Amino acid sequence: MRQTLLDKIWAAHAVRELASGQTQLFIGLHLVHEVTSPQAFRMLRERGLSVRYPGRTFATVDHIIPTDGSERPLLDDMAERMFVEIERNVGEGGIKFFDEASGQQGIVHVIGPELGLTQPGMTIACGDSHTSTHGALGAVAFGVGTSQVRDVLATQCMAVEKPKVRRIEITGSLGRGVYPKDVILSIIGLLGVHGGIGYAYEYGGEVIDEMSMEGRLTVCNMSIEAGARIGYINPDQSTYDFVRGRPYAPAGDAFGRAVDWWSGQASDSDADYDDVVTMDGAAIEPMVTWGINPGHVVGVNQNVPDPASLDGAAGEAVAEALEFMQLEPGAAIAGRPIDVAFIGSCTNGRISDLQEAAAIVRGRKVAAGVKALAVPGSQLVRDRAEELGLDQIFLDAGFEWRGSGCSMCLAMNSDKLVGDQLSASSSNRNFKGRQGSPTGRTLLMSPAMVAAAAVAGEVTDVRTLL
Amino acid sequence: MTDSAITRVAGRGLPLRGNDIDTDRIIPARYLRAVTFDGLGEHAFEDDREQANGAHPFDDPRFAGAAILVVNNNFGSGSSREHAPQALMRWGVRALIGQSFGEIFFGNSLTLGIPCVVLAESEIVQLQDAVAAEPTAEITIDLEERAVTLGDLSFSLQIPDPVRDSLLSGRWDALGELLGAPDETAAVHDRLPYVSGFSG
Repeated sequence: MRQTLLDKIWAAHAVRELASGQTQLFIGLHLVHEVTSPQAFRMLRERGLSVRYPGRTFATVDHIIPTDGSERPLLDDMAERMFVEIERNVGEGGIKFFDEASGQQGIVHVIGPELGLTQPGMTIACGDSHTSTHGALGAVAFGVGTSQVRDVLATQCMAVEKPKVRRIEITGSLGRGVYPKDVILSIIGLLGVHGGIGYAYEYGGEVIDEMSMEGRLTVCNMSIEAGARIGYINPDQSTYDFVRGRPYAPAGDAFGRAVDWWSGQASDSDADYDDVVTMDGAAIEPMVTWGINPGHVVGVNQNVPDPASLDGAAGEAVAEALEFMQLEPGAAIAGRPIDVAFIGSCTNGRISDLQEAAAIVRGRKVAAGVKALAVPGSQLVRDRAEELGLDQIFLDAGFEWRGSGCSMCLAMNSDKLVGDQLSASSSNRNFKGRQGSPTGRTLLMSPAMVAAAAVAGEVTDVRTLL
Repeated sequence: MTDSAITRVAGRGLPLRGNDIDTDRIIPARYLRAVTFDGLGEHAFEDDREQANGAHPFDDPRFAGAAILVVNNNFGSGSSREHAPQALMRWGVRALIGQSFGEIFFGNSLTLGIPCVVLAESEIVQLQDAVAAEPTAEITIDLEERAVTLGDLSFSLQIPDPVRDSLLSGRWDALGELLGAPDETAAVHDRLPYVSGFSG
């Protein structure tokens, strides 16, 4: 007893201790996309190696794929070449590939849970930092680089050190108009973008217990933005209900056996944590970032900081961020006019995100001069949204309704900011240049807040539109 | 570069000031549209350099030929793109000294044989100032002695023991070792109930 979920999953997947003291850890699910894998497959070929357990790897295309309906061959020669490369690699490797023709293509962190590939108790790796998303189901999920993608392909293992665990307890309940995105942005604001280095974050408490699985995915998704490579939530009845019936989930009698095993992976009630932090959920407001990392965040009715009130390096960092963002010290964030509204990404591209945004948009119009995109996270999300008529709500309001992919979260496709446009975005990173223009500016917020900004033409407290 | 022991790295330094410098800044996403890592070196910090109008340390001729970056807190945060350390390596970086590093960046760098060692905040500032004052002076990172030295300055460096061990022993590229346990790997594979779909 007294073990965390991390302790239990680690013990179940440890192959051996390496001479260095790192653990050789078995990876139960490996997810692959087109950007970080081509070099890994090339390295395998150079060393004469093959994919060791092809049945435990699944692939899709998400980063480069156009969401505007473009067909193959893609106009972007390099994107087309990357497409051809992953097709060849999955073909030769015997890896299941969710391409557009499958009807199950989408952002890798959307389709894993959606298809039932992601399950409690697993170790998961993907060459993408937002792999922390999958921890929402009670898995231990690592973002890795390309050399580790190679390692997992070749051995189904990676060399890694066990992190410490910080439990983050969110008590009480969220107010109206406050969403899971606001919870994780508040956590990052409190603990900082490097507070999680060396830790896995375990999220719990009443707010998390009551939160939908899609909300939990949003929270765990941005663990890496807090510096924590791993974020997770102990599996519970909501988790089992979410997994049940999905294409790759255990079915029939096997499902009952699965729940028995899954429930045993949850942290013990008297588990030992390296650190515990408690936050009051009722105090969380709709949040908006104002700077160049996700820790630069305030409540929508607060003002951005004034570097004059901060000492030394902290003041310089705030000044640099404000200058890039073209914001005056101490200014209000609400009322800031926006140029672009982006709803989508692995953080907030799921059906509930689109529903929450559509509820704001319904019967309203996108403000003049604002370019607004609604981008489903997967083909299945898009299908479901269209069954519910959400596409028509977005189109009627003046949004573009797109195919599934990463789109303007990181702009490796044709969706990009232009010049110093200011974007209200439901994505995960407001880094300089993140949305495709080196001088483009990003305000992170919940999908409902993006919808509110789209129709108001400026940063707006979504609670005034509910 | 092949696997080999890395016991010390010596070279000229480059002070790159600022906390939370993310991997999108080290190598913008448009350069991830590629199927190899070739040619990334020239694009390291491309947008930061453009916006600095020649005043970025990477464009400062005093630091030409630098091999050791001296950075602040949370360097390499954000995206898991190995393209970031690949770009730095191809630009000429062989080691980093900082207050802390993004964890995935740290691991990616290790896999390339690039040590990321940690000093205290005040020591980083001293080292950055010293490098700026005398860019031709050589910094030495001695992993065996756990020390960073530059002229009269000498600091104790921090590095996790397993990481230090893998550098000193030349096993920093883990694949060779990972391949050495096929039977143990198969045993874990076979005993995990989800691998068989809980077939009972």
